[in-house]
This record gives sequence, C-alpha cells and structure tokens, in this order.
Amino acid sequence: MRNGLAMKPRLVFDSAEPFVRVAGVDKVFASHGRGALKAVDNVSFEIHAGEFISIVGPSGCGKSTLMMMVSGLTLPSAGEVVIDSKKVTRPYTNLGIVFQRDALLEWRTVLENVLLQADISRLDRKQLRPKAIDLLARAGLSGFEKYYPWELSGGMRQRVAICRALLNDPALLLMDEPFGALDAMTREQMNLDLQRIWTQNRKTVLFITHSISEAVFLSDRIIVMTPRPGRVAADLRIDLPRPRKLAVREATQFGTYVAKIRETFQSFGLLRED
Amino acid sequence: MSTSASTGEIGTLVLPSTGARKSAVYLYPCIATIVLFIVWEIATRYGNISPLILPPPTEIFATAVAKFPVLVRMSLVTSYEFVLGFILAAVVGLPLGALIVYARPVEMTLYPMLVAFQTIPKAAIAPVFIVWLGTGITSKILIAFAISFFPIVIDTIIGLRSTQPETIYVVRAMGGTAFQVFWHVRLPNALPAIFGGLKVASTLAVIGAIVGEFVSSDSGIGYLLLVANGELDTRLVFACVLVLTVLGLVFFFIIDAFERVFVRWHVSARQADLAATGSN
Repeated sequence: MRNGLAMKPRLVFDSAEPFVRVAGVDKVFASHGRGALKAVDNVSFEIHAGEFISIVGPSGCGKSTLMMMVSGLTLPSAGEVVIDSKKVTRPYTNLGIVFQRDALLEWRTVLENVLLQADISRLDRKQLRPKAIDLLARAGLSGFEKYYPWELSGGMRQRVAICRALLNDPALLLMDEPFGALDAMTREQMNLDLQRIWTQNRKTVLFITHSISEAVFLSDRIIVMTPRPGRVAADLRIDLPRPRKLAVREATQFGTYVAKIRETFQSFGLLRED
Repeated sequence: MSTSASTGEIGTLVLPSTGARKSAVYLYPCIATIVLFIVWEIATRYGNISPLILPPPTEIFATAVAKFPVLVRMSLVTSYEFVLGFILAAVVGLPLGALIVYARPVEMTLYPMLVAFQTIPKAAIAPVFIVWLGTGITSKILIAFAISFFPIVIDTIIGLRSTQPETIYVVRAMGGTAFQVFWHVRLPNALPAIFGGLKVASTLAVIGAIVGEFVSSDSGIGYLLLVANGELDTRLVFACVLVLTVLGLVFFFIIDAFERVFVRWHVSARQADLAATGSN
C-alpha cells in the first residue's frame, strides 16, 4: 500500500516513457506428441501509465497467455516484457489480477478474501481493514463483509475479486475476461462499475475480452489480435468522451469503432456472414 | 441470510424452520432403527427362529448389560488399537500425500508401490504382522494402520490436486511463496477431500483391529467375539457386534465434529446445496 502511494506521482510525471513495454514476445508450448504449439507470435505493444487497454481476439488466440506473460506468471519463449523500466523475470507483484473465474477462497469471508494480500505480504490486517471495507462499499457490497463466497451471486463474487485486486493499490490491473461468466445485465452493470472505479484512481489496466462492444465501451486503446498464433492485427485509439454512459453505444462514433474491429476480424476469415 | 429462509420452502418436506429440519436429521434414522428392532424382535420371537441363529434384540441388550464390565474392558483394548492405528495412518498418510503431489520423483517411485500394496488383501498378510510383532497390541495397531492409510493418501492427493489454477496465480501475483500457496490455498482447498479420506479410514481402522484380533490375541472385542462364537453364545456375539457398531459410530462422529470445526465453510455450503436441491 505504501509502495503504491509512493509510486503514484512518478507515474504521472513520467508518462512519456511507457509503463509496460511488450517487445517481440513469442510463446511456444510443448504439445504432447504433436510437436510445438505457437500461441503468441512476435507481439509488441506499449501501455502508458493510467491507460485502459483492451485486447480483443478470437478464442484461442493467446490473449490469456499474453496476460500471463505480462504478469510474469509465465515467461515468454522469446522477446521481453518490461514494466516500470525493469525486465519481468518473475511474478510482478505491484499488480492486481482478476480472472474469468473469480478465484475467491471459499473458506474466507468476503472481507478476509479482500484482505488476502495482507496475509501474503505479512502486512498489518488491522491497518488495511478500513481500506478493504471502503473498497467493498464502493463496489456496493456493504453489509456483506462477513458472508462466505457461496452465499453470493456471480456478479457479487466477481466484485469481491476486483476489490481484492485493488487492496494493494497496484500500479497495474490485469483482467482476463472478468465478466465473461456473467449474464448480460450484470455484465453491463459491471462495465459501469469498473469505469467508475477506474475513473476514481486511474490505474493502468490491461483488459482482455472477446466482446467488441465491451472493449470499445471501456478502453482508451484496443489491440486486436489474429487467430492463433496470436499477432497484433490492429492497435486502435478510442476517442469517446468520459465518463461514458450506456447510451454511448448508440452513438455513430461507437458504431464506427465496432465496425472497424469487426471488419478486422472478417479480414482474417472470422465472423463469416454467408 | 435470505438463503436459509427461502430454501426452507423448496424441499419436498415443508419444514417450518431450520430447527425442525435439524432435529429431523436425527429423528428419522432413530425411528427407522427402532422400527427395524421391533420387526426383528417380533420375527425372532414368533417366527420360529432359534436364538442360536438369531437372538431377539432384547436378549442381545440384556447380554450386553450383564456382560458390561468385560465388554468395556475389551472395548478399551480394541479402541486403543484402532485409534492409534488410525492416528499413525494420518500422521504417515497426510505428509506422504503432500509429498507425492509436490515431488514428481517421489510420485513415480512410491505411487505404483502404494497401489500394489493396496491390492493385497490385508487380512491375508495379517498373520505375517503377528509373526513379526507378536500377539500383543502392536501388531493390531499396525494392521489397522495398513488397512486405513491408503484412502488418506489418495484423498490427500486428490484434494491437493483439485486446486483451481487461478487461485494459485492470484497468490503468486501477490508475491506469495510456494509455502504460502500451500498454506493459504492448496491445503484449505484439500481439507474437504482429506476429511472424506479420514472418515473412510476411521471405519477401516476398526476392521483392521478386529482382523488382527481374529488372527491371534488374548484380549479385545474381536477376541471376545471369537470365544463367544466358539461357545455358540450367539447373544454375546451379537452384543460384541453391537459394541463394535457403537465404537465405530462414536469414532466416525468425532472425526465429523473435527470436520465441522476445521471445514465449517464447506459443511455449511454442502448443507445449503442439499437444501436448495430439495434432497432432504
């Protein structure tokens, strides 16, 4: 927490230098008896501090693998990931991470789940408690602190997972299809909530989704990936005013962005309409 | 909290409160047991069945009361054997399961041997244990151990392996060490499976102790059972069986109580699941 606060000013003034630099990254998996499988092929992009970037691509295009490499949980077969001017060679810890499955620990209450970082880093739980309670309140979960995950709905669980990722005030937030398992209505609400949380603290976010409209709604920039092996097909800046309301999706400009991404997909033979 | 209120109405039996539901959990099997005993009593008294073949339950209870001191003395011996055998199985089985999950060479070396050992009928090698360790209680403890430790190892392995990878990633991205991943994620996640293994093992340990006593002994319920059988004292045989049933049940519920303390989250989630699907 102290780290996060200390780093913030530097991130703001240093915005010319990219916060995350992915340079010529490959990932090859050894596949049992069927030779090697190339999941990610020579991917390069940069993320500046405070930017909200989405990666969209067909399933199996290596989006998740790419995120795992940015986090340092997996290392690239070739190329490098540099965060905050340091090459990533092991899990980068100034990080919040959210997956499609909420990955809550069933034996911990909601509050204890959010406080997980305190136990892992041996920080003072008491000191972080108010922060955790505040995060839960901002996520609309006041009064649920003592509940167990199995007592919550899917959307509530995912919000707890997001609070957990934010406790440490991480410089970087990685989200791998976090709303993929939710129903359409909950998903829209979560998009609005995420935008609000992001506007409040301007984290650098790398967001992975297969929903084009979700990506356009949330992002400053969208990286479109090809089918496997994943390459960068397009890198698109989204210039829509913030805060964005759900109605922005009916705007012409929004439609233009969605169409552009869809056409990129169609250019490599996906989303055929015949 | 709304869950418990709403689930009360979903089941096939409409129970007004969770209190009534809870007491039904104990009430129904008790009623069933009493009905069974009544049918048994009537059948043996009026059905022309020799008490040498099947004595009526009232006579079995009477014998159990009359022979109470010796039954208690023998129970203590047998309990000592299966409890120690079980503890030994847990003390060896839990770390061994963890070791097999964490160390690939250990898995490759030990796992096939374990499976092979498990396929040996323990009753068949019980006499060997007696030869090695004598007719005292040590051999019985070891037989109880040998018969009960396999499910503990297997369920520990299954439990530790069933971890969702994402939960591990989350802890590692927080800078967690391998030990912290084990302590905060894998072990708690494995506890429901481990307790499943411990429960199976608890009943097997009783069998192991009795098998050992059958082969050669001078005390214990198994010994008393053999003696009673030799004297065609079927009432005492059944009294011994009754005592063994009680011992096994008590032991099982002690472990169940530990589960309620250590894995409360899972026990409550399981009960809520049951209530929600109406399978009461």
